[in-house]
Order: sequence, then C-alpha cells, then structure tokens
Amino acid sequence: MRENDKPMDADTHGRGPKRANGAREAEFLALLQQAGTALTPGEVTERLRDGLTYNSVVTILTRMHTKGLLTRNPRGRAYAYAPVTDDAGFAARRMKTVLEERPDREAVLARFADGLSDTDADLLRQLLGPEQDSDR
Amino acid sequence: MRIAVYLPLLLSLIAPLAARPLSERCEPRLATWLLTGSALVLGAASTVSLGLLAATGLIRIPQLAALGHWSATSAQRDDPAELSVALIAGLLVGGAVLAAARMLWRRARTLAAAALDAACMPTRDGTVIVDDEAPDAYALPGLPGLPGRIVVSTGMLHTLDETEHGILLAHERAHLTGHHYAFVALAQLGASANPLLRPFATAVAYTIERWADENAARATGDRSRVARTVGKAALAAHRAPALTRAAGAALGILGRHGPLASAGPVPRRVAALLAPPLDRRPVLAAATTAVLTATLLATAEAAHDLHRLLETVGAR
Repeated sequence: MRENDKPMDADTHGRGPKRANGAREAEFLALLQQAGTALTPGEVTERLRDGLTYNSVVTILTRMHTKGLLTRNPRGRAYAYAPVTDDAGFAARRMKTVLEERPDREAVLARFADGLSDTDADLLRQLLGPEQDSDR
Repeated sequence: MRIAVYLPLLLSLIAPLAARPLSERCEPRLATWLLTGSALVLGAASTVSLGLLAATGLIRIPQLAALGHWSATSAQRDDPAELSVALIAGLLVGGAVLAAARMLWRRARTLAAAALDAACMPTRDGTVIVDDEAPDAYALPGLPGLPGRIVVSTGMLHTLDETEHGILLAHERAHLTGHHYAFVALAQLGASANPLLRPFATAVAYTIERWADENAARATGDRSRVARTVGKAALAAHRAPALTRAAGAALGILGRHGPLASAGPVPRRVAALLAPPLDRRPVLAAATTAVLTATLLATAEAAHDLHRLLETVGAR
C-alpha cells in the first residue's frame, strides 16, 4: 500500500452520516460505475457532496479494493479506482458470497418460483394439465 | 386499564387465524397492505401493553418508586395487575424489544449487502444474466438512489420462451418498483416482537408474490399464461426426478379442503391465477381496519390509565 493510501488515523469510519458499510460501498460502486472512468479518492470525495472526509473515502476505497470489488492504478501521487469489469456471470458469482453469509438473505431475495416440494410438483402438474410434462 | 391493556394481547391470539383466509380472498395489493399493517399495529400494541403491565410492577419496588416520587405502598394498593403478571410481562417485553431490534439490525445489514450486490452487477436495463444452467431468477432490492437488479440464470432463460421471459421480468420488476421487500421486513418485524403474529408474515410473503403475478398478468393480459409460466419455472427449478406418483385427488383441487390447503405457495399462486381475479373485499378491509383501530384505542386507553395511576400514587 502506498503511503498516501493509508488512512491518517484508523478511526475514520465514524465521520459523515452514519450508514451501514454495505450501503456506503454500494453507493461508491454506483458512483464509480456512473463516472465511467477511474476516480481518485479526491474526485470521489468531491462527487459525494455529503461531508464524508477524504480519509474516510480512502479507507472505504481501500477496503473495497481488498475485497476485490475495485481495481486501482497509480495516478499521480494517489490511486485511481474503478469497478472490476468482468462478465456479469463472474460478477454475480463473486457477489453471491457477499449476500450468502447473511442468515436472512432468502427473505430479501424475491425468487420467481422456488421451494417446491414433491407433493407441490405433482399438484402443479395436475393444475396445469398434461401439456406441461412435454415442456420439461 | 384492567381490560384495555389485555385487548391487544387477546387480539394477537385471535387475529392471526384470519391472516391466511385474508391472503387468499382479498385482492393481493390490498391484502398486502392490510396484513402488513396488522402485523405492525398488533406487534407494537402488544409490546406496549406488556410494557404497561410491567410498569405497574416496577413502581411497586420502593427504590424505583422513589425515583418518580411515587408511593410504592399506594401503588401496591391501587395497582390493577398482579405482581406475577407484571413480572411475566416484564420478561416478555424485554424479549420482544430485543428480538425486534435484532431483526431490524440484521435485515438492515442484509438489505445493504443486497444493494451492494446489485450495484456490483454491471447492466444497462436493470437485468443481469448469470451464466448458470440451474434455472433461477430473483430480484435484488436496491436502496433509495441505487436501483435494484433482476438476476436471471441462462438455465431459466432456456426453460422459458420469449413471452414467458416478458412475464418473468414483469413479475420481478413489480417486486422492485412495489418495494415488496419492505412489506416483508415490516411484517416480520411485527412477528419478531410478537411470535403469535407469524402467520401475518407468512401471508405477506405469499401476497407479494400474488401481487407481482397479477402485475405480470396485467402487463401481458393473459392470467393463465402467467400461471403456466410460474408453474413451468417452478417445475424446472425443482430438480427432483419427475415421479408421477398416484396422486389421488385430481378433482377438487380448487376446493377449500382440497390438497391446496396444505400446498406450498407456488401451486396456490398458480391456482389463484387460473381462478377468476379476486375483488378488493371492502368488508374484509373494513373489518381489519376496525380491529386495528380498536387495538390502537385500547392501547391508548391503557397508557392513559397508567398515566392516571402514576398521578394518583404520585400525590405526595
């Protein structure tokens, strides 16, 4: 890690409006995606306009880089950060691990159709008639 | 106070029995609002009631009574509730507050994680195709200002045809634009404060699916097509081998005591789509509103009574 990428003090999380880390990271990611180009912590701080200090921004960007959510390249005396660009399949697979640790994830994901028991499956086939069997 | 304070607790015992019938007889959007409102109001009111009962016990403890300049002895004399009742209420209210706080904290973090997931997925139109042969599709909620995402696996795309893709997307989009995750979370919040209310949370999980199904039906103008799509997707996702067991009652599937009574949500959704659309049921809505209003009034009355009791015993 380069010198100016290190937070000046470790305790920079508390500044700015208090928000869950995940929400903050999501906000950063959306901002970097909209920007369409890599941004330095200074540029991110400018665009946020919500009073988050430079040091907090550096802390969060560094953490996201460590998690593999962002790539970074040296620009001037700082790093410029960009979202990891890969195919959506890889993004989704990597993302699964973020949400998968959560005990109540199923309550948040709105699945189209799941949780079919064997009895349910039989019942469905009866409800939908014989044509369904040829589809499967 | 003697009666009013117990009314929310009594209603928490009875009202959940109506949750499932309501979810199956009322138009799903209205049903979702009614069920979520019931879970929240009854959850809050029963917690407040327990708190009030516990408070009548607390002021009998001389040290605590002294803090508020109340007379512990006259509190013991005037008190409407038995000390044992107050004690149990105190334990229950502690549990309720802890459980609700824990649930809120967890859900906030999971929603944040979901929003992070959603923001990580590069997309132009809000839909992400995942390269996965297992048929799967879900909506990831975003946060205010951060759009959610609809994730569909290639397996699911191969299972469904063009029209059915449209139905799937309309369904998932309805979840996102209708903020259905918020209804689920609020109903579960009520149920975590008061576990008796769990049937409301279960019913809301079902009615948001019905709500999204009907939205998709409106978008395509063909309810039975939506029914077939839901069934097709569910059967494809169901990986167990297709054993056609001698399933008896093919007749009476839609009957009240048919196999649907014990079926999971997917067959019930399909049956509801194959049946005529449900009405708004103004009588059910009015009855629910009346029960909730009575609950709120009873809680207010009980709180006012406690206030008066405190004033009486506070006469120095």
